Amino acid sequence: MVKIILRDKEYEIHPGMTLLSALKKIDILPEAVIATRGGELIEEDEILKDGEIIKLVAVISGG
Amino acid sequence: MKCRTCGKKASVNMRQHKLALCKEHYLEWLPAQIERFIKKYCMFAHGEKILVAVSGGKDSLSLWDILHRLGYQADGLYICLGIDEGIAYSSESQRLSERFATDNGLKLNVVNIQQEYNETIPELAGRTQRGKGKPCSVCGLVKRHVMNRIARDLGYDVLATGHNLDDEAAVLFGNTLTWSGEYLLRQGPVLPATPGLARKVKPLFRLYEREMLAYALLRGIEYIYDECPFALGSTSIYYKELLNKLENDRPGAKLSFYLSFLEARKKGLFAEQEQVQQELHPCPNCGQPTSAPGLCAFCRMLPGD
Repeated sequence: MVKIILRDKEYEIHPGMTLLSALKKIDILPEAVIATRGGELIEEDEILKDGEIIKLVAVISGG
Repeated sequence: MKCRTCGKKASVNMRQHKLALCKEHYLEWLPAQIERFIKKYCMFAHGEKILVAVSGGKDSLSLWDILHRLGYQADGLYICLGIDEGIAYSSESQRLSERFATDNGLKLNVVNIQQEYNETIPELAGRTQRGKGKPCSVCGLVKRHVMNRIARDLGYDVLATGHNLDDEAAVLFGNTLTWSGEYLLRQGPVLPATPGLARKVKPLFRLYEREMLAYALLRGIEYIYDECPFALGSTSIYYKELLNKLENDRPGAKLSFYLSFLEARKKGLFAEQEQVQQELHPCPNCGQPTSAPGLCAFCRMLPGD
């Protein structure tokens, strides 16, 4: 499984889909986040592999 | 997805520009864009003294970083608002701003609201009509007053803030929903200096908030990730989310919304009835301009006044 983390929420999705499909599946707007894997930024066409942890950074912050 | 410049794997894809770039070329591209906008909109020149309002967030720290790298003479201003709310929001923001300044050998001016005015922002808000419900209006008023005072007192030529396109588009959206003509006339990337008021500029006004986040992450800038506890559920964040939904379906919609507004105003869309020059008077206490004779809104709010 692939683990996706956004703030204090965690999601698990099946491997083999693109980041864009994964975000759609967990109902997160791609515009609202930047995805990172091991500290590197990844883009929407990236295929997620089993065991990976994707950390999403929320675009809106501050106040 | 590949970098348009070198063909390596892209780190950032900007659908609104149909442009994908790798880390190296993104970190070159974004400051070059900002330099272009600074010149195009006549914000400031090399040699002028710039005061950058820094909050510890990604936008203002990235702006400071970029201006410094572009060779501008830019000092920082951090305003400690005294917002704790269980997450030490202000003290953590200050720590990050001070650390950025130290790491880059930059000068940071710090103003502590509680030390200068005897009350924190939540305390000021709790005591005044303006702050009923949420302190955001009081916070905005205090920040505008202090930024202008420091810029004026310390002889800066211009005050630069980290407002990005999403900030500007959300404000424009709110003002358009209510057709607030007076605000629509004033909103813009450059507010020229007037007697008592420093020139204000927003060099990031054409950059998406997502682009600024990508810059901060790729550059390794440590910023405060938490939202201001009082901003949670705010109208401006709601508008940003709505605009992001639009952007998702129609890449470039946010940029087009804001730029076409500027263009329409330039052509006189809001002119005739609204273009009444408001007479300003100096506040007898602080000297800053105010619309009505007597104390300004900031001085009326202070304890004991």
